[in-house]
Amino acid sequence: MSVRLLGAVLLALLAAPALADGPLVYGLTPRPIAPDTYVFEGAIAHFTRENGGNILNAAFIVTADGVVVLQTGPSRRYGEEMRAAIRRVTDRPVRKVYVSNLHPDYFLGSQAFADATVAALPGTIAGIQEEGSGIAENMYRLIGDWMRGTQAVAPTEPVYGSTVAMGGHRLRLIPLDGHTAADLAVLDETTGVLFAGGVVFCDRTPTTPHADVARWLAALDALEGLEFRLLVPNHGRIRADRACIAQTRDWLTWLDGRLRAAVEAGLDMTEALDLPIPERFHTLAVLREEYRRSVAHLWPRIEQAALPRVD
Amino acid sequence: MRGRDGRAGGRAWAALGLLAALSPFPAPAASPPDPLGSVLWDAAREQYLGDGPLVFDDRVKVTAPSNAEDTRAVPIAVDARSLPGVTELVAIADMNPFPLVLRMRVSGAVPYVATRIKIQQATAVHGAARTADGVWHVSGTLVDAAGGGCSAPPLSYAQSDWADHVGEVQARVWPPDADGVARLRLRIRHPNDTGLVPGIPAFFVETLSVHAENGPELARIDSLEPVSENPVFTLDLRPPPGTAALTLKGRDTQGGAIAARVPVPVSTVQRPGQ
Repeated sequence: MSVRLLGAVLLALLAAPALADGPLVYGLTPRPIAPDTYVFEGAIAHFTRENGGNILNAAFIVTADGVVVLQTGPSRRYGEEMRAAIRRVTDRPVRKVYVSNLHPDYFLGSQAFADATVAALPGTIAGIQEEGSGIAENMYRLIGDWMRGTQAVAPTEPVYGSTVAMGGHRLRLIPLDGHTAADLAVLDETTGVLFAGGVVFCDRTPTTPHADVARWLAALDALEGLEFRLLVPNHGRIRADRACIAQTRDWLTWLDGRLRAAVEAGLDMTEALDLPIPERFHTLAVLREEYRRSVAHLWPRIEQAALPRVD
Repeated sequence: MRGRDGRAGGRAWAALGLLAALSPFPAPAASPPDPLGSVLWDAAREQYLGDGPLVFDDRVKVTAPSNAEDTRAVPIAVDARSLPGVTELVAIADMNPFPLVLRMRVSGAVPYVATRIKIQQATAVHGAARTADGVWHVSGTLVDAAGGGCSAPPLSYAQSDWADHVGEVQARVWPPDADGVARLRLRIRHPNDTGLVPGIPAFFVETLSVHAENGPELARIDSLEPVSENPVFTLDLRPPPGTAALTLKGRDTQGGAIAARVPVPVSTVQRPGQ
């Protein structure tokens, strides 16, 4: 065996593990859910190095005037794969991107849409400007190499409550809040598809890092009153009924009430982490993990409001 | 380095085990390895627990989330209720720039303390309980974290009137249970800054003591840098029967006084939720 050949074999052996793992690919496949309307369905899970943060239902609508995109995903790679998948469906250009809130999986793929207008509520733009790089850094920690090349890019076009006509679709932009300080829902009045963003979770435990529970419940009431045929939550199953609005309301009401009762009973925050969760919620994905995160988010404020001044 | 000498001489001491058992003087303890494998444990142990006898003991329970959602306020509890004769509790976050979280002297209290801490990176959190015979009983848990909790500026300073409110106390005592144990929960408004942020000097609550009104001291806490902004403590105390109130006295690193009187509700009802 020549030295060169030996070298090549050694190199191949060294490279083998990396090649066996293969390049990181989300394998995004658009699923048609209504006329002109496609969804990339994510895992009903938490961000992991296995799923690369693909836990969201990003979507696009192919209109006569170009493509409208809803959410850009958790990483630059996701956004780029989304672009390629859209291209396989249509040659029409991406005209407009809506980002529903400041959480990482809604906007970190935005670098792939630099040639389109990325729009969001003013509160979302401000939030991403303020917290975006910290949010991206935390995603690097959670999903690692999937994030390569990803930088937080804030949406540039502020939008407000309005109805937008585009290529034969009438899109109603609905400003809400409570899940975060600014939550955009988009109702395609033409197809009856409601993109509820982060306000509705379906069979997946809601996340609360920026939550105001009372405002969130009011947002759910607003969605309940809308006419729609299909509800696309950002996390969880797509359904034709209102069941997941009720499920999200039930969870938030229980969570808030349970933590308030625990503070009132004198429990410490560490004791609250392990409180039992009623059986009706046991079908929700990532239940205990999200519950514990919610204790971290909600407990300090409830406690601050409940403990009397004594000095 | 004394701990290391102790280990090197471990075999010799083992050989003298019988003698040691008969001797009125306890043998210097070998330092058992940390079951969590924390690389800074030996240093932390030596610095904060000294070179006295130490055992890892599951009767001490350390509770903390496995993942820190907010690195500026990670809830932790050290619970040595299953261990008789505890005189002192210590909490240590090994990888913090200032690892020692608190030291609590337990005189009229159940050996239990809970608070919230800043952590700078993923770390083992150790809890140690010293029993009357001088032995440290230790256990711990691992907390993963994004980091930065110790070197993040306190949110307090974003409020222009923060200085007007430093030292304000919120607290409540729950009625004593059938065993005479009354829970105290308290929150002190304070930036509790570590001093690690450039231009912001260390400024934190450093001592707190709880007395039964007109009665004995029940607990005394030396609180250090890692304790969160607006520190929160949960204690289970044994005030003498008939105690009408607890008095809370404390001081921060700039000499600011903390003082409060917390009424003890009279009730035979057991604390719910426990």
